[in-house]
This record gives sequence, C-alpha cells and structure tokens, in this order.
Amino acid sequence: MKVIKKSPIKTALSVLALAFASSTTMAQELSITVTNLTQGLHFTPVVTAAHSNENRLFMLSTMATTELQTMAEGGDISGLVSMLTNADANINENPAGGLLAPAMSASFTLTNDSANTHLSLAAMILPSNDGFVGLDSWEIPEEAGTYTVFLNAYDAGTEANDEVRGSGAPGEAGMPVPPPLDASIGMNGTGVTDMEANDKIHIHRGSLGDDDMSAGKSDINNSVQRWLNPVAKLTITVL
Amino acid sequence: MLTFNAQPKITKKLSSQLVIASLLSFGLAACGDSYNDSDNTYTPPVEPPMEYSYSLTLTNLTYGQPLSPIAVALHGDTKMWQVGQAASVALEKLAEGGDNTDFIALAENLATTSSDGPVPPGSSVTLAISTTEAMAKYLTVVTMLVNTNDAFSGLTGVDISTLTVNQEKSWRLNVYDSGTELNNEAVGTIPGPADGGVGFDAARNDIDLVGYHSGVVSKDDGLSSSVLTQAHRFDNPAVKLTITRTK
Repeated sequence: MKVIKKSPIKTALSVLALAFASSTTMAQELSITVTNLTQGLHFTPVVTAAHSNENRLFMLSTMATTELQTMAEGGDISGLVSMLTNADANINENPAGGLLAPAMSASFTLTNDSANTHLSLAAMILPSNDGFVGLDSWEIPEEAGTYTVFLNAYDAGTEANDEVRGSGAPGEAGMPVPPPLDASIGMNGTGVTDMEANDKIHIHRGSLGDDDMSAGKSDINNSVQRWLNPVAKLTITVL
Repeated sequence: MLTFNAQPKITKKLSSQLVIASLLSFGLAACGDSYNDSDNTYTPPVEPPMEYSYSLTLTNLTYGQPLSPIAVALHGDTKMWQVGQAASVALEKLAEGGDNTDFIALAENLATTSSDGPVPPGSSVTLAISTTEAMAKYLTVVTMLVNTNDAFSGLTGVDISTLTVNQEKSWRLNVYDSGTELNNEAVGTIPGPADGGVGFDAARNDIDLVGYHSGVVSKDDGLSSSVLTQAHRFDNPAVKLTITRTK
C-alpha cells in the first residue's frame, strides 16, 4: 500500500482543523478503479458504496440478506441499492455499463458524506451459482493518497454449486448464462453437487469445472474459468 | 544531487570564473615572484555520480514449480506489463519459455541482472544490482513458473526511490498469466521438467491480455490432456521478494 505523505504545513493545518472541529470530518472525494484480475470470469454490474460503520453490505459467516442473495445468484443489484439508499450511503452503480469482462477495469468517482466512513463493493462472478467478488467495510483513510486493496471471491451460501446452466432468479437452481458468455460455457452437465451445507457467506472454494463442453459434471471450463484469489483489485485515490 | 540538465550550466559558469581567475593570476605573476602561480592548474572538482546499490532476495514459495532465471531491472517510470493489456514479445518469451534474454535487453532498462540459473521450490537466491542513473528509480522483477504454459510472477514499475540505506521492503507476489498461450497443459507445451516441451511459440492462442493466473488443473483434477500432476498445483502467493538498499 502506497501512501503519499502530507507536507508538514498541511499536517499543521489538519491539526488546526481538528482543534477547531474535532468531531467533524470533511466529505471526501474518492477516485476509484476496479480491475477484474481474472482471465476467465465476468463480473455483473458492480455496486460500490460509502456507508456508516453501523451498516454492512455483507458479512462473512452470517446469512446473506435477500438483497445480497439476489445479487449473488443473478447479478441484480437493485435490492442492494435500495438498501444502501435507505441507509443514506453514497452509491456508485454499474461503472462498466454492464459486464466487467476478464482483465478489464472500470473507473468512477465517489464523494462520501462525513458519516460514510467505510467502503463496500459487490458484484456476482460468472460463471458461478452464487459467487461474488466483495469488499466488506474498508475504512476510508483520511490521509490523501492512493491505496490498493485486493478482493477475494465469496460464496453467498444460498445455492448449491451445481455448476450447470440454469436460472439467475433467487432460489432457483443453476447458473445464469447471459449472451456474451454463452459460447464459453458448456452444456449437459449432470451437476457437481445438489447440496449447500454451509448456508452462511464464506470464502468461495472455487469451481471444479471439467474439460468436456458437452457432457461431464460441470458446464464450467476447468482450464479457463477457475480462479485463485485475489480476483479483483481496487485502487482508491483519496483526493 | 545534480540533475542531468543542470550540469552543463554549472560547468559553463565555472569555466568563465576560471578564465577571470587565470587572467588575474597571469597579471600578478608578471608583476613579481611573490605569488605561487600553482592556482593556475585548478580544475573544478568532478562530482562523482551518486551510486545506488540494492540487494534482492527472492524465495520460491511453491511446492513444485521451479522458477526460471530471475530477471531484475531498474528503469524509469514505466510498467513492463499491466492487467488488461497485451504482453510484449519479450515478456511472452519469458512467460512461455523462461528465457529472459529479450526482457533483460529491453531498451527501457537502465540496469539489469539475472540469476545464473533457475530457483527450485523452497530455495532462495540473492542478487545485487547497482546504478548511477538518477532515472533508475523503478524496479521490475520477473520469473516464469516453468511447469506451466505461460505463468509468471513478479512485480513491475515499483518506485524504490524512497528507500534509505539499509532500509528493507518485502512483497508476497501473486502469479500472472501472460495470456499468450492456452492453458491446455498438454504434452510438448510446457518447458519445465514436468514435460520438457516447447517454450516460446510466437502464435497467440489465448485471451492476449495479461491477467492473474487461475492455477493449473492437472490430470489428477480433471484435465485429461494435462501432462501435469497434483504436485504442480500452486496458489497465491508464489514468491517472496525482499529488497534492501545497500548504498
């Protein structure tokens, strides 16, 4: 993590500012780039939000909210956006204007209100049943500079990872296959598993996949659509 | 520190002062012998260029992936690869075949070094690099995981100019895929000891964008065409790198 050091004058000014207004933090302007580090996964529309420390977009080892489940199983972020709006978060939606393709980046700016001190992000990863890339409540630094955060892939714990073509609707089996992915995903998979024993949000164990595009257990291509963490990089410049 | 542009100016100033000084002493010497005219031979001190030296230690953290000879370069503010961009041919040669000759020869490099041979799993290598180039503030280190189609690890364009003497900095490095060769793990395509196959092939039959590697599958885990076994699987991080400024 690279931090650009403040000049002594600026530090002195900050100390003065703190002395005069110790309880008020200024709104900040953030310039953010999200990079899909993988070569074989697409991200569905990304939602990024600055929110207060009391709110969470998701939390490991807890049950997913319906809104998170809807995003993780089908890529629909509208539920999460209304949840965040109700919590007075500062929100950026869908910076890539659709799917964020393998190895691609999307950039945007976000101005966060003084109470919104933490940053979170979520997007479904494709192909998967209920996998998502996420950032849970990263504390936004007050010091100006450029910060890098690497993101892992999570499993919402709401759907069995059968790895076969199916539905993106919450509660329905199978993986959604939007047109841009159609050619790269196999068919006629018999299903890797019908169990989801861990129904809480956890680090995704990765896809199994297979090397048969027209049969086998999985419709995922094992030499292209597996991954190792991290799967995304977030570059945040605090201006 | 003298910058490259400022130097000629200073020399010019010094030489005009010298002309005046020598004219004066010439006149004085003509007047009598009470002055030693050895001042005439005064030459401006040549500022020796500042030398920066570093020691780098790289450790192979994998179970069964020897690392190809480590390439180390110091250069200006540039990156030798980026996620989402096509690999250079020099990088492709390194990532597919472990041959760092072209990478070391890149025009951007101001100082380079390479380990003599590959670095086996569990082993470390320490390399020294020095430069007097004021612009050589950025570090690139790169090596291939040789039992793969085109996996490499390293870092590029990292600013090391803030390091003070004896200061040390470490990274745990992830594995990239050059995106230039399909990860079919097939017989004859992997240059490492697992196969002894062909390294560099100019044809680009993969995504042609650098990204993070998805790991090897191996024949033990469902890729029937693979020459690799469970023993060649790896995870991030694959390499530990420590740099210490020594001078």
